[in-house]
Amino acid sequence: MTRRTIIFIVAALLALAAPRMLSASGHGDGGEFSPKEMVMEHLADSYEWHITSFKGRDIIVPLPVIVRSSTGWHVFSSDKICHEGAVYEGLYIAHEGKYKDKIVEDVGDVQKRPIDISLTKTACGAIFSLLVVMILFLVAARAYKKKEEIDYCPKGLAGLLEWLISSILDSVIKPCVGSKWRKFAPYLLTAFFFIFITNLLGLIPIFPAGANVTGNITITLFMAVMTMLAVNLFGSKHYFKEIFWPDVPVFLKAIPLMPLIEIIGIFTKPFALMMRLFANILAGHSIILSLCCIIFVTVHMGAAVNGSMTAVALLFMIFMNCLELLVAFLQAYVFTMLSSVFIGLAQEGH
Amino acid sequence: MELLTPSGGLLFWMTIAFGVVFFILAKFAFPVILDSVEKREKFIDTQLDAARAAEVRIAGLEAEGEKIIADAEREKVNILKDAAASRDKIVGDARETAQEEAARIIAEAKKQAQEEKDAILASARGEVAMIAVQMATKVLRGQLSDKEAQEALQEILGDEAVTERG
Repeated sequence: MTRRTIIFIVAALLALAAPRMLSASGHGDGGEFSPKEMVMEHLADSYEWHITSFKGRDIIVPLPVIVRSSTGWHVFSSDKICHEGAVYEGLYIAHEGKYKDKIVEDVGDVQKRPIDISLTKTACGAIFSLLVVMILFLVAARAYKKKEEIDYCPKGLAGLLEWLISSILDSVIKPCVGSKWRKFAPYLLTAFFFIFITNLLGLIPIFPAGANVTGNITITLFMAVMTMLAVNLFGSKHYFKEIFWPDVPVFLKAIPLMPLIEIIGIFTKPFALMMRLFANILAGHSIILSLCCIIFVTVHMGAAVNGSMTAVALLFMIFMNCLELLVAFLQAYVFTMLSSVFIGLAQEGH
Repeated sequence: MELLTPSGGLLFWMTIAFGVVFFILAKFAFPVILDSVEKREKFIDTQLDAARAAEVRIAGLEAEGEKIIADAEREKVNILKDAAASRDKIVGDARETAQEEAARIIAEAKKQAQEEKDAILASARGEVAMIAVQMATKVLRGQLSDKEAQEALQEILGDEAVTERG
């Protein structure tokens, strides 16, 4: 692919994203465009999947709302509740307060949050990219099963994935985890490809990609907890001895100073994993969106300013998108590498 | 702050979705791929080893072949040398025998010639003597017809016999 084609594709994608920004500008009824609102709307989770607005009408994919309120389970489509002032079966979306933008119910005078397991935009985005990952690898695995001969290198998708898997295995998992790498390889590879593909999908601004999934703290929290479980559930005796009775002078253990630090360490490691991935992807999305907002903020400043700023913003957006491609891989790589290192450290002494 | 608050519902779905996908991939996808990659790696390694062994063997065979060729070459030289030596010897022997034979034949021929010459000479001498005797007889017959001549001869013969006894 030539450089020109890439630039054209990026520009086309941005052009596709533009109506969404325009619609965002139309949200505040006064016509005043609020970049903060627009960026936050994208970064935060929502009950519906807003694709674009066309001639003043929002094009929305309604998602299922599943809540258990004081009156029992409620399952309905989000379009029943997502417009202004809608109340459905005693449930509505709070516009301010502690539960802003969440489904709440009024029990007596108190605003209460029901148990909410709605398939939100982020949940759907995560499920979509997990499906992509699953289909990719099942298709690739079928290519191996079909071919009886192992003498030949696989081609096509299986070849591409094998190349990625082998490079991650050889450069990260095997050296970092150590001799028991085989046991942890499925988790680490799933984590790597889930994060990598989700990051990439996050850069595509077209439904069903484009949701802010790895920039959502719940997702990164889950991934970090998974790594924490992998580290601590399969930790060696030596690893736990190092935590509760490390090789330090006794007075450091008598007042359990070192054990305390080590126990805190168990939680700080995954916490760092969680925050790193979350913050990096969130920042990338925010910067690209903010650059996009420049175009709409400068609309009222005259054609010259708006035109030149559009060009500048476009250039920066192209640059940022390229950078985000790198970050997408880098963050997946770093997450996998650190998980492997933590697992490897807990395996020592075997 | 909302961005930093984990949501229970999302965590629930994520746990289910990731759990299912992880289970399926860990059971049906990754082991297959990793096994194949490992098998292929092993296969390539064994093939490389086999190739290396074959190379060593070929090198050994080559050396052996070269040794055989060198031996044959040496043998050839030896044979040629022997052949040349025996040829020379045979030729030499033949020449010697021939020379000896020739010498012998020549000597024999010479001897025979000598003998024949001697015989011829002897017979010639005999014949000459006979002729001389016959001539002398004839001459004497002529001369001794008279008495005087007979007496003169007696004298001569008597003198000669005296000088011979002398």
